[in-house]
Amino acid sequence: MSPPLDKRAPSLPPLHTVTLTVNGKETQLKLSPWTSLLDALREYMDLTGTKKGCDHGQCGACTVLLDGKRINSCMTLAIMQEGKQITTIEGLAPTPDELHPLQQAFIDHDAFQCGYCTPGQICSAVGMMNEGRVKTTADIRELMSGNICRCGAYTNIVDAIEEVINKQTA
Amino acid sequence: MNSFTYTQADAVDTAVDERASDLTAKFIAGGTNLIDLMKENVERPTRLIDITRLPMATISETLEGGLRLGALVTNADTAYDERIIQRYPLLSQTILAGASPQLRNMATDGGNLMQRTRCYYFYDLATPCNKREPGSGCSALNGFNRIHAILGTRTQGSDGQLAEPNCIATHPSDMCVALAALEAVVRVTGKNGERSIPFAEFHKLPGDTPHIDNTLESDEIITAIDLPAKGFPDNFMYLKLRDRASYAFALVSVAAALELENGNITDARIALGGVAHKPWRKPEAEALLVGKPATKENFQAAAEALLAGAQGYGHNTFKIELAKRAIVRALGQAAKLEPTA
Repeated sequence: MSPPLDKRAPSLPPLHTVTLTVNGKETQLKLSPWTSLLDALREYMDLTGTKKGCDHGQCGACTVLLDGKRINSCMTLAIMQEGKQITTIEGLAPTPDELHPLQQAFIDHDAFQCGYCTPGQICSAVGMMNEGRVKTTADIRELMSGNICRCGAYTNIVDAIEEVINKQTA
Repeated sequence: MNSFTYTQADAVDTAVDERASDLTAKFIAGGTNLIDLMKENVERPTRLIDITRLPMATISETLEGGLRLGALVTNADTAYDERIIQRYPLLSQTILAGASPQLRNMATDGGNLMQRTRCYYFYDLATPCNKREPGSGCSALNGFNRIHAILGTRTQGSDGQLAEPNCIATHPSDMCVALAALEAVVRVTGKNGERSIPFAEFHKLPGDTPHIDNTLESDEIITAIDLPAKGFPDNFMYLKLRDRASYAFALVSVAAALELENGNITDARIALGGVAHKPWRKPEAEALLVGKPATKENFQAAAEALLAGAQGYGHNTFKIELAKRAIVRALGQAAKLEPTA
């Protein structure tokens, strides 16, 4: 039998005041140090577009942009992201009446079935386009491998992204 | 996750002091492995010391003609750095073979060295694990061990006989396999000042202390990783074999680097991933190649020497033959004798 876990009586440390800049807007929150960026967005700011899939950095559903770079919001603490520009799926469209080109392309190509992975797929694709490393369709598949779609809409997802990249570079 | 307190370090010295005064504290940078392990209750630090504001996030030239990777440079920024692509393409290729773009954007170079194993039993609190709870036993030895080690697992007992392994976990990093092949140097700072650790001496074999992954002292912090001038930019290959084409840990990987003159090998480096508690190198096997022509037969001889003493534990026994074939192929690709895709 293995030795027992080193258990400590929980004593909650004081909450930290954390200022997050999300989609261009600064918000002050009172957070425990262990609150992930994902939980801060969903539970404290009502930005539920960002999804919790595996909560272990394996599925990509929680992908957001941090200073324009795509990251897994479940694998970082909100308290560590003060001063960074955080962009979520809610912040991609240029105006409330318009869609981001990738959002429109996902609709046009039917690039989803249940839609749960879609916000992460789109944020990840925006990040990938910011990186500017895509030269072939195979590159899209490799560089989107951090986003799992359990419905298996990959073919249409790749088509949607490819269309937007081709339009941009045309 | 357990309850912990959080502080931000503003200087390397104060980070070291904080850690030295509380060994249940941990440094956090990218957090892509530590936060995962904390969610699983495998790691239970009482305090996190955020080191992301320390001034070690740049890549710079060294006096010896190499490059210094600050510990906080992200894996993505390293892989896509023009100097790395030109002078150390093996390192760039290796980093891009690991994790996902999202993780590479957060994970740091120093943190990559500090990754814990992905052994399922290390993660599973319900099972014994000598790495997680020293003395409790190794569940992988007679369990599911498809992803486990085949080299460096057995230690010599006091009677001179090889004892049963205490741990057959592997080190999960891709990047470290290239750093081993390139003979990088790890720069660290502790209470007693700075020191440099040759890459081959940074990670350790499990021996009787499988709960300790490396030779970093408890009060030390990695500040940088130095790449020597020699980067093998012309003949190199990182061959990674895994259960799916992308975003999976290696079953076996090979970082191969050659220096060739008129088809003859003048220098050779071979490091293996996915087969041991640390990136696996054997200078004797590399020496077999020096002065010889780059042929499949010579590569085969090096592969046999590298795998000498390998031991399978059931599910992972296939790795012995797989590793030999992977070495021959990677060297052939590095020498441009066969296509890379």
